[in-house]
Amino acid sequence: MFEQVLVAGCASGPSFHLDEPLSFWGGLDAATGEIIDRRHPQAGEVVTGKVLVMAKGRGSSSGSSVLAEAIRAGTGPAAIVLGEPDEIVALGAIVAEELYGITVPVVVADPDLIPRNTTVTIDPPS
Amino acid sequence: MLELTVDERNLLEGGSGEGAALAMRVVTRVAKVMGANRLRPIVGAHIDSCLYHGPATLDFADRLVDGGARVSVPTTLNVSSLDLIHPDLYRGDPEVGAAARRLMDRYEEMGCRPTWTCAPYQLADRPGYGEHVAWAESNAIVFANSVLGARTHRYGDFVDIAAAITGLVPDAGLHTDRARRARHVFDLTELDPEVFDGDAAYAVLGFHVGRHTGSRIPALVGLPPDTTEDQLKAFGAAAASSGSVAMFHAIGRTPEAPTLEAALGDVRPELMSTVTATDLRDGYERLSTATGPLAVVSLGTPHYSAAQIAHVDRLLGGRRVHPGVRMYVSTGRDVLAEAGEAVASLGRAGVQLVTDTCTYITPIIEGADGVAMTDSAKWAYYAPGNLGLDVVFAAVGDCVESAVGGRVVTRGWLGV
Repeated sequence: MFEQVLVAGCASGPSFHLDEPLSFWGGLDAATGEIIDRRHPQAGEVVTGKVLVMAKGRGSSSGSSVLAEAIRAGTGPAAIVLGEPDEIVALGAIVAEELYGITVPVVVADPDLIPRNTTVTIDPPS
Repeated sequence: MLELTVDERNLLEGGSGEGAALAMRVVTRVAKVMGANRLRPIVGAHIDSCLYHGPATLDFADRLVDGGARVSVPTTLNVSSLDLIHPDLYRGDPEVGAAARRLMDRYEEMGCRPTWTCAPYQLADRPGYGEHVAWAESNAIVFANSVLGARTHRYGDFVDIAAAITGLVPDAGLHTDRARRARHVFDLTELDPEVFDGDAAYAVLGFHVGRHTGSRIPALVGLPPDTTEDQLKAFGAAAASSGSVAMFHAIGRTPEAPTLEAALGDVRPELMSTVTATDLRDGYERLSTATGPLAVVSLGTPHYSAAQIAHVDRLLGGRRVHPGVRMYVSTGRDVLAEAGEAVASLGRAGVQLVTDTCTYITPIIEGADGVAMTDSAKWAYYAPGNLGLDVVFAAVGDCVESAVGGRVVTRGWLGV
């Protein structure tokens, strides 16, 4: 089911599908893991520990830093499933792994294949 | 399958130090994400990683500097969290301010030029047609590709400095001809040409295009041939905020798009859209969150050019900003020096110039009691989340009139 593995690793958590693309910069508070983009339909929800399922990335190139900082602070998602490859999202996870040895797997898969609001395990072949 | 040369492999294995090896690991890992088969050299870089987003950003810079890394190509720096020319503007946590300052120093230590601007295309030496660069900052990326005809992929934080250190980027994405072709055609020819006389039109159009095209590359048919760089800047910044637009083809204006056929190449577009006045009115209205008593007017996102500063000075016409309103104009330190007389005139009118940073990424507008007004679709898009403020988006003329009058005055989406 995984079309591409951007960051290898294994993680589980409740699945959380984003209804619209989210720019991590300006959209995610790295201190709390909360979605703060007021225009986003899921504003106020928290991504911490979730398997974050997003059709695509969006917006500012600072997103990598915000994701890396959220992973460092322990507020980031457990894993990320992208509908299409996104380097800005992948980079945040790559650098968090390089700096802190914390792995947040990032894979490309059809979001519709991930069951909604259910605990799922992301364990792609490495 | 990514193949590396002997020199590249040596860099990866630490032959030029641990810092360069970390940079090379980041470049090669991103190359694999992008599906590149090889790396290619660049002639310059623009770095967004110098903006402080917490300890992770500083930890990464420390690892690079402590590992002996230096940039190998001319490299400019994006905005940071601090205005070093007007340091008193920072009203945030002093500890965060000190960490942000340390981060700025670390990037200078790596040999980057302290330009501190999100509009590096307004600097004297900018990349030319067909030159490959590694630029971060979404508005700069879209400008480089679409207006200068230089080639950069949509780089994010970390890989920007990694590319500057190694002098290498993945030979993939927007570095390749195929990925640069237009996939979504927007027909503007049914709009009344007067639409484009309004200063707000380009930001609103960019907001609309970004919302509807996502990460595709749009082609714009029917932009006036005399569209200025400042107008293209407003368009691109908006499209890169509401969508992930990293390049557009303004037919007749983008260097590699003299015609629609050239922009499309041999690929048929996925989508064709006609832009109507209703679309623009809808976009204009969506950019404002609520109205109320006016507290702040913020212009200059992306950083204003000298021409835009002079335009605001003309619009003010010697009048002063209302005492109940704080008005900010953000720009780069190079433009600040270039626009001397107009800058002094804005200062006399009570306008606060902001350099090196921007009003929506750092605590400058603290304790504002009321709404903020802006002519920037990007600022309107991000400020409500970043600052917890309600925003009124309007043409620059309306912003200036409101600042002088002390209350929100808008004349609709065409503006002046």
